[in-house]
Amino acid sequence: MSAIKPVNQKAWWLVLPVVVCVAFSAVLPLMTVVNYSLQDIISPERRVFVGTEWFSAVMRDEELHGALLRQLGFSLAVLAVEIPLGIMLALSMPARGWQASAVLVVVALSLLIPWNVVGTIWQIFGRADIGLLGATLQKMGFDYSYTGNATHAWITVLTMDVWHWTPLVALLCYAGLRSIPDAYYQAARIDGASKFAVFRYIQLPKMRGVLMIAVLLRFMDSFMIYTEPFVLTGGGPGNATTFLSEYLTQKAVGQFDVGPAAAFSLIYFLIILLFCFILYNWMQRVGAAKQEGIEHE
Amino acid sequence: MNEERFQKRRLLLACYIVFALLPIYWMVNMSFKTNEEILSSFSFFPQHFTWSNYKTIFTDPAWYSGYINSLIIVAINMTISITVALPAAYAFSRYSFIGDKHLFFWLLTNRMTPPAVFLLPFFQLYSTLGMMDTHLAVALAHLVFNVPLAVWILEGFMSGIPREIDETAYIDGYSFPRFFLTIFLPLIKAGVGVTAFFCFMFSWVELLLARTLTSVDAKPIVATMTRTVSASGMDWATLAAAGVLTIVPGAIVIWFVRHYIAKGFAMGRV
Repeated sequence: MSAIKPVNQKAWWLVLPVVVCVAFSAVLPLMTVVNYSLQDIISPERRVFVGTEWFSAVMRDEELHGALLRQLGFSLAVLAVEIPLGIMLALSMPARGWQASAVLVVVALSLLIPWNVVGTIWQIFGRADIGLLGATLQKMGFDYSYTGNATHAWITVLTMDVWHWTPLVALLCYAGLRSIPDAYYQAARIDGASKFAVFRYIQLPKMRGVLMIAVLLRFMDSFMIYTEPFVLTGGGPGNATTFLSEYLTQKAVGQFDVGPAAAFSLIYFLIILLFCFILYNWMQRVGAAKQEGIEHE
Repeated sequence: MNEERFQKRRLLLACYIVFALLPIYWMVNMSFKTNEEILSSFSFFPQHFTWSNYKTIFTDPAWYSGYINSLIIVAINMTISITVALPAAYAFSRYSFIGDKHLFFWLLTNRMTPPAVFLLPFFQLYSTLGMMDTHLAVALAHLVFNVPLAVWILEGFMSGIPREIDETAYIDGYSFPRFFLTIFLPLIKAGVGVTAFFCFMFSWVELLLARTLTSVDAKPIVATMTRTVSASGMDWATLAAAGVLTIVPGAIVIWFVRHYIAKGFAMGRV
C-alpha cells in the first residue's frame, strides 16, 4: 500500500459478495447471542429482559479474572516463541530443489491433524510409562508428569501449541521471503552488508505484511484455544491450564443458562478485538515508521 | 559465503524437523499396534504389527464416508471462499472507498469469536432453513473464518502487483473480467495456492461446528473420530490410524501448491 489509491465507490460491488457471505454466517448468529445476553431464559416460552445484569455479574467473577490472566500469559508466550522460531525456520528452509518441496510438506504436516487428535496423541506421547516424550524425560531424571504438576502441564500445552502452529508462521514467512527479488540481495552484497543488516533492512520489512497476518492469527487463535488443552489436561491440574474458552464452556454447559454464557462470549469477543486492534495499529505504525526511515537514509 | 552461519541454520532446521516428526512418528507407531499393546508397554516399534486398525476404517462405511464427506465440505468451502474473496481482495488492494479500512478490519474480527459462541445460533439458523446434516450447511458455516482469511492473504499478494499492469491492460482495451481472468489471476497464482491450502486446512480440522450441524449423511471425519471415545474407554489405535489418514489429503494438497509457495509472490510485495 505504498502509493495513494484512487477513490472508486464502485469497488463496493466487488466487496459485496464477501459482505453478504460473512454477514449471513456471522452477523445473524452474533445478533442472536446479543439477544440472549440481555435476557433470563427460564424456558423457551418464559423470558425476562434483564438488561446488563449478566454483564456486571460476569465482570465481577473472580475466577474469570484468573482465567483471563492465564490466557493472556499463555497467548503472549505463544507469540514470544512461535513468531521468532517461525521466522528463523523460514530463513533456514531451502529455497529450491527437491529439498524445498520435502521440507515444506514435512513442516506443514502438523497443521493437518485434527485438533482433537493432536490432543490425544500428545496425551499418549507425554505419558511417562508409554509415551516417547514422557519416557525420555523420565530416563533423563526429570520427574515429569503433565497430569500432576501444574508447571509441567502448562509447559506441555505450550510445547504442543508450538509444535502444532509454528508451521503456520513459518509457511507465511517463507512465502514472504521468496517474494524478495534477487536484485535486493545483490545490492546488499555490493554494499558489503552483514547477514544481520540484510535481515533487518531487507527481509524483515518485506515480510511485514505476512508477519502481521501471522501475528494476528496466532494471537486470536491461541486466545481461543480449546480442544487441545481440553483433551490433554482437561484444564487441570487444578485450574493451571483452564484458559478462557475452557472456562466459558464449563459455565455454559454447567449452568444450562445461555444468558450469562452469551454475555461472557461478548466480553470475550471484545477483549480479543481490543488486543488485535492494538496489535494491528502498532504493527502498522512500526512498519510505516521503518519504511520512512529507509527512504530517508 | 558464510559457511559457519549456514551450518547453524541447517542444524536448527534439522532439529525442528525431528521435533515436528516425533509426535507424528508416535502416532504412526500407535496406528500399527493394538490397544492392549499401546497401553501396556513402551516400544519404539510395534511388537505385534497389525493392519487391523486401517482395515476397520477402510471397511466400515461409517468411517470411510467421513473422509468423503470431509472432502466434499472442504471442496465447497474452498470454492466459495476463493471465488468471493478474489474480487474483494482486488477491490481492497486497488481502490479506496467509503469504509474500506473499517470493513477490512471488521472482516478479520469475525475470526475472533470463539466457535462455541456460534453453536446455538447456527443450529437454530440451519434448522429453520432445513439445511441440517447437509454438506452445504457445514461449508457455509466454515465461511465465517475462511473468507476473512482468504481476503487478507490474497490482498497481501495482490498489493505486490504494480498497478501499472492494470492500467496498461485497460488502455489496451481489456474488459475487467477478461483482464482479471487472463492477466491478473496468473500473476497471483502463488497467493491463490497458499490461500487454498489455508482454507483447506482450517475447514478440514474444524470440529465444533461440523459436529453440531451434522448427524449422519454429511458427518465429516473429525466428527466421526469422536466415536473412538466411548463408555468402554478410548480406542487409541483406531484413532491413531484415522489420524494418520487425515494427514494424507492435506499432504497431497500441499504437494500440489508447493511450487506456488516456494516461488512466492510473482513481483514482490511492496
